[in-house]
Amino acid sequence: MASLLVLPIVTPLGTAVLALFLWRHRRAQQAVSLLGAAALLAWAVALLLSVSRDGIQATAIGNWPAPFGITLVADLLSAMMVTLAAIVGAAVAVYSVATIDARRESFGYHPIFHVLLAGVCGAFLTGDLFNLYVWFEVLLISSFVLMGLGGERGQLEGSVKYVTLNLLSSALFLAAVGVLYGTVGTLNMADLAVALQDPRVDSRLTLAIALLLLVAFGIKAAMFPVFAWLPASYHTPPAAVAAVFAGLLTKVGVYALVRVFTLIFTHDTGVTHGLILVLSGLTMVSGVLGAAAQGEFRRVLSFHIISQIGYMLMGLGLYTRLALAGTVFYLTHHIIVKTNLFLVSGIVHRLKGTLDLASLGGLYRTRPILALLFLVPALSLAGLPPLSGFWAKLLLVQAGLEAESYSIVVVALVVSLLTLYSMTKLWTEAFWKAAPDAAEAPLSAGEWRGLLLPVAALALLTVVLGLGVEPVLALSLRAAEQLLNPAEYIRVVLGGRP
Amino acid sequence: MDTLLAVLIGALYAAGLYLMMRRSIVRLIFGLVILGHAVNLLIFAAGRLTRAHPPIVPEGAAALVPPYADPLPQALILTAIVIGFGLQAFALVLFRQAHRVSGAEDLDAMRTTDSH
Repeated sequence: MASLLVLPIVTPLGTAVLALFLWRHRRAQQAVSLLGAAALLAWAVALLLSVSRDGIQATAIGNWPAPFGITLVADLLSAMMVTLAAIVGAAVAVYSVATIDARRESFGYHPIFHVLLAGVCGAFLTGDLFNLYVWFEVLLISSFVLMGLGGERGQLEGSVKYVTLNLLSSALFLAAVGVLYGTVGTLNMADLAVALQDPRVDSRLTLAIALLLLVAFGIKAAMFPVFAWLPASYHTPPAAVAAVFAGLLTKVGVYALVRVFTLIFTHDTGVTHGLILVLSGLTMVSGVLGAAAQGEFRRVLSFHIISQIGYMLMGLGLYTRLALAGTVFYLTHHIIVKTNLFLVSGIVHRLKGTLDLASLGGLYRTRPILALLFLVPALSLAGLPPLSGFWAKLLLVQAGLEAESYSIVVVALVVSLLTLYSMTKLWTEAFWKAAPDAAEAPLSAGEWRGLLLPVAALALLTVVLGLGVEPVLALSLRAAEQLLNPAEYIRVVLGGRP
Repeated sequence: MDTLLAVLIGALYAAGLYLMMRRSIVRLIFGLVILGHAVNLLIFAAGRLTRAHPPIVPEGAAALVPPYADPLPQALILTAIVIGFGLQAFALVLFRQAHRVSGAEDLDAMRTTDSH
C-alpha cells in the first residue's frame, strides 16, 4: 500500500508539471487543474479508508530504511488532514476556474496552486523533521507567489509582512532542527521520540529545543502573540487564494505542533503543554476581540481564524484523549467552515465590488440562497447546535471540565459567545440591513452556478458533519488514541514493516 | 574553533535580528539573509567540528571508525542554502516591487492594508 502514501504528494506535483506544459492554454490548464484536484481527493479518501482499516502505514522513500532515509507515515491524523486538504483543494479548484482572472491564470496560477497542495500534503505525511522543513518551504514559496500574484498594492504590502514573518519562523525551525541533530544525531520523528527518552540527554536542552519549535510553528499557526502577520495579509489576495490559505496553511502549523508535542516532546508536559494551554486561551481572546473591532468582511474572518486556532491548541494543551479528539474534530470542522466563509466573501465582493461592511447590505433580499449558504458556516463557526462547530466545542469543553481546567473552559465559552456576536454582525451588516447602494454587478446564470457549487458543497458537508457526527467523532477519538500512545507509530516506522 | 564559531554565530544572529527590527525594507532583507547564514552555521557547529577525518571507509575495513566528520549536517546545510537562496531571491524581488508600487521605503508607510 506504499503507493497510497506517495500519491497524495505526486498527484498535485504531476498536475502542476502538466499545467506548466500547457502554459499558453488557459482552458486546458483549468481542465488539468480540476482533474488533478479530483484525483487528489480520490487518493486521499482511499488513504483515509486504508489507514482506518489497517492502522498506521509507513513507507521508506528509495528503500532507505528508517531512520536513515526519509519516511512517509500516515496515521489517522495525517490521513484525515490529507483528506481535508484534498476537499479544500477540490472546492477551491472549482471556485478558481469561476473567479480567477485571465491575467493571474496566464502567470501560472493553476500550477502554483497545485504545488501548494503538494507542499501541504507532504507536510502532513512526512515522518522526518528536516523533510517537514522542506515541505514547509515548498508550500511557503508557492503561497508567497499566490499571495503576491496580481501585484496590487495591498497584496504586495501584505506579502512583505507575510514573507518576513514566515522566513523568520523557518529560520527558527531550522535552528531547532540543527540543535536537535547535534544533540541526538537523528531527525526521524519516531527515532527522535525514542532517542529523547534517553536519560543522558540534557532535559534543559530538550526543553529549549521544544520551545524553539513552539515559537517557529506558533508563528505559522498564528498563535498568540505571534499572529500579527495574518490579519495584515489574508484579506489582500483574491478570495480563492485567501480561502485556501485560511483553510489550510495555519492548520499545517497546528498539525506540526500536535505532531511534535504528542510524539517527540512529552517529557515535561507540565511546562510545555501548560504553556500551550495558557497561550491557547490568549489566542482565543485576542482573536475574537480583534475581530470585534473590524469593519471589513474578510478582516473579521481573518481575526476569527486566530481565535479558532486557540481552540485547537486548547485540546493540545489539555493533552487528554478527549481533548486531542476535540482538537482533531475542531481541525476537521474548522478547515471546511473557514474555507467556505472566505469563498462566500469572494461572492459578496464579486456582487457588490467591496467588502466594507458599512457599504454592504440587502443581500438577503436579492440573493437569499447566498445568505443561507453564509448562515450555515457562520452559525457553525459560532458553535450553534446541531452544526459541526457545536460538537467540536462541546468535546473541548467536556475535556476541559474532566481535566478540571475551569478557567480555560470559561474562556472558551465566552469567546464562543463573542464569535456569535461577530457572525451576527456580519449577517446584519452584509445581508440583513437595507443596502446603502442597491447596485449589484450582473452575473450570468452559469457564472452564478460556478460560484455557488463549491460553497453549497462545503455547506452541505458542514451540515452532514453536524447531523451525522458519530463516524467522524469515532475517527477523531481513534486518532487521539494513536497520538497519545505513539508506541504503535514508532513500531511501524522503525520496525520496517513494508 | 568551536568558541570562535559560536561567537560568530551569535554576532550574525544579533546583526540579523537588529537589521530586521529597523523600518527600512532594504535592511529588513539584509537581516533575513544574515539570519539565514547564522542558522546554517549553527547547524554546522551543532553537528560537531571534526578536522582531518573525512567520512570515507578505509580500504579493507567494513565500517567507519570514529572519529570522523559527520556528513549529514553539511547535507542539511546544502539543502538549506539552496532553499534559502530561492526564498531570498524571491523576497528581494517582492520587496523591490512593493517599493515600486507603494513608493515607500519605510515599513511604517506600508499600512494601507491595516485600516481595512
